[in-house]
Amino acid sequence: MGTSAETRQAADAARTGRGRAARVRSAALRWDTAVGVLLVAVLVAGLGTTDGFGSGENLAFAFNDIVEVAVIALPMTLLVVAGQVDLSVASMLGLGSALTGALWNAGWAFETIVPVVLLAGVAGGLLNGWLVTRVGLPSLAVTIGTLALYRGLASVVLGSDAVTDFPRTYADWTVDTTTVPGTFVTYPVLLFAVLAMVTGIVLHATALGRSLFAIGSQEEAAYFAGIRVKRIKLLLFVVTGLFASFAGVLFTLRYGSARADNGLGFEMLVIASVLLGGVDFDGGKGTVFGAVAGVLLIGVLKNLLTLNDIANEVQVIVTGLLLVASVLTPRVIAAVLERRHRRSTADGPS
Amino acid sequence: MMLRSTAGRRAVATAATAVSLALALAACSGTTKDSVGEGSAKSGRTAKADPDAPLKKGLKLAFLPKQINNPYEKIVDDAGIAAAGEFGGTGKEVGPSDAGASSQVSYINTLIQQRQDAILVAANDPNAVCGPLKQAMKKGIKVVAYDSDTAKDCRQLFINQASSEQIGRGLVQHLGEQIGYKGRIAILSATQNATNQNTWIGFMQDELKLPRYKDMKLVKVAYGDDADQKSFQQTQGLMQAYPDLKGIISPTTVGIAAAARYLSDSSYKGKVVLNGLGTPNQMRKYVKDGTVEQFSLWNPEELGYLGSYAAAALASGRITGAQGEKFKAGRLGEYTVGKDGEVILGKPTVFDRGNIDKFDF
Repeated sequence: MGTSAETRQAADAARTGRGRAARVRSAALRWDTAVGVLLVAVLVAGLGTTDGFGSGENLAFAFNDIVEVAVIALPMTLLVVAGQVDLSVASMLGLGSALTGALWNAGWAFETIVPVVLLAGVAGGLLNGWLVTRVGLPSLAVTIGTLALYRGLASVVLGSDAVTDFPRTYADWTVDTTTVPGTFVTYPVLLFAVLAMVTGIVLHATALGRSLFAIGSQEEAAYFAGIRVKRIKLLLFVVTGLFASFAGVLFTLRYGSARADNGLGFEMLVIASVLLGGVDFDGGKGTVFGAVAGVLLIGVLKNLLTLNDIANEVQVIVTGLLLVASVLTPRVIAAVLERRHRRSTADGPS
Repeated sequence: MMLRSTAGRRAVATAATAVSLALALAACSGTTKDSVGEGSAKSGRTAKADPDAPLKKGLKLAFLPKQINNPYEKIVDDAGIAAAGEFGGTGKEVGPSDAGASSQVSYINTLIQQRQDAILVAANDPNAVCGPLKQAMKKGIKVVAYDSDTAKDCRQLFINQASSEQIGRGLVQHLGEQIGYKGRIAILSATQNATNQNTWIGFMQDELKLPRYKDMKLVKVAYGDDADQKSFQQTQGLMQAYPDLKGIISPTTVGIAAAARYLSDSSYKGKVVLNGLGTPNQMRKYVKDGTVEQFSLWNPEELGYLGSYAAAALASGRITGAQGEKFKAGRLGEYTVGKDGEVILGKPTVFDRGNIDKFDF
């Protein structure tokens, strides 16, 4: 470790990495803008073709309906940019929901339940992060394990019961009928907007955000550049756990039903939204704007297709195709750019 | 262990302080289960019924089953849609492909936007669908639960296949006769939260308390989640865990068919008695090859048919869902709304080798 040759190698890797990153970044930029444009196009098409789509009530519903996925997509964006992934988020949502229900049943005050549930999320995130950074296991493997573990714990905590006797006043704040006066924005969506803004600032305007890109594109180089890779990764998993357990509380209140199987399969929806938004699964590139546009696009498309009585299977296919396109397109663009670049250097004077 | 740094320790300390503060706060005041009063159970049945009102033409009915690829619910919904044609209305079936607690919610919202006249719903979770259904009723859309009920204040009518008590007790009585009231038995249900399944199972357990069943012991309730493969595996698991099992009751059409498929290919064929709720077309083969002696079901076509007419009567103002109101359901004749807006279709039919070929559904 640390011979001058190795240092030089790492520096080279970082340089070529950065070069590639710059080139790919322009493609990524185009992709996430494209997703934003697509979102607007779908909105406009919906307004023009589908009765009831444009009503404030429906828009409130369409956005509110994906709010838990959207909330979890924010820390997931940071994780994926740093080259990591967390598949245990939906299970953590379920665990958060189960804990909320079990503690409520036990007569705890809601004001106490929420911090305890959030702490559970932090603990779950710590375990994920610890296994990844200290034990050195890949995050995919770790979180496939904790996906089962947290869902199992949720079933232990609440069994097969559903707890439903939450006060109506809480639910009223989370359903799509209560909106910020004069708009179709519901309070959960408003909260998401604030969180999205904070996440955007962290990723795109702070040193921490720059470190995430560095870790995602060249982890070793980032380490040699003095970035505290392990600590940052640990922090990312903790924040993700925190957000996921918070989404569990939100989900419970919105449906008025705390259950261990809440949010089953949501992890795929979260990751699909993030990738659709142009965040590279290999790490190192992506924008919060893209991820937000991705999750909104999935939500609006689902609403629009349902309004038009398109069968659920077709909806799944549409989402799948979009996802494949989102993973493929930037790569195709990058490959084309690469070839053009190579040809131009080959054609140049020698 | 991983928090060796001072920053880490400080973070933990802060978190701990925050939690103890929250706990202290909560101890003084806070919203707990006990401090929340029972919500006022008001229902939307304030309008007056006009029993002579004609059935409206062009009514739009939407069926929202637990999941769209459930063969049983397809039969119910198709019959309901056909019935809508009889009184000049239209019907359609929409729904999720999984039976998750919350997956029906987005469909209810879109049905509101599409301004349907009535929504007929087989609820996956009695409460998760409540908010949007109440919103639908507020907008004048009639809500009829069928097959699996919602919470009582979230619908105007519940069309019950047969009284839950008849079904639960009946299945135990049949199985008891078949195994001579002796031996260990198990139940293969659908999902753990299915309202109808759990009500039936409750009555089964109650029936088993009678002295006549003192030598029959319910050893396990297994859940196949209304998925064929999982129900098959659960049956396999039951037989492995209890090789001396005498009988299985599967009160779900998906479950009983999967269980019959497993038994018919295993050494338990003819030794383990399988009873429950199934459709004749699914079970014909197993009745003929001797795997299954008999099973029961109400007529699902009649269930959908009755649901359709009930929804039309509601949407035309003939009934409001109050106890004692009467309405005509086409060829099925007159029905009376019971307690809590419940309408009971009738007694289940028992299918066996003698009569199964008379039915095609």
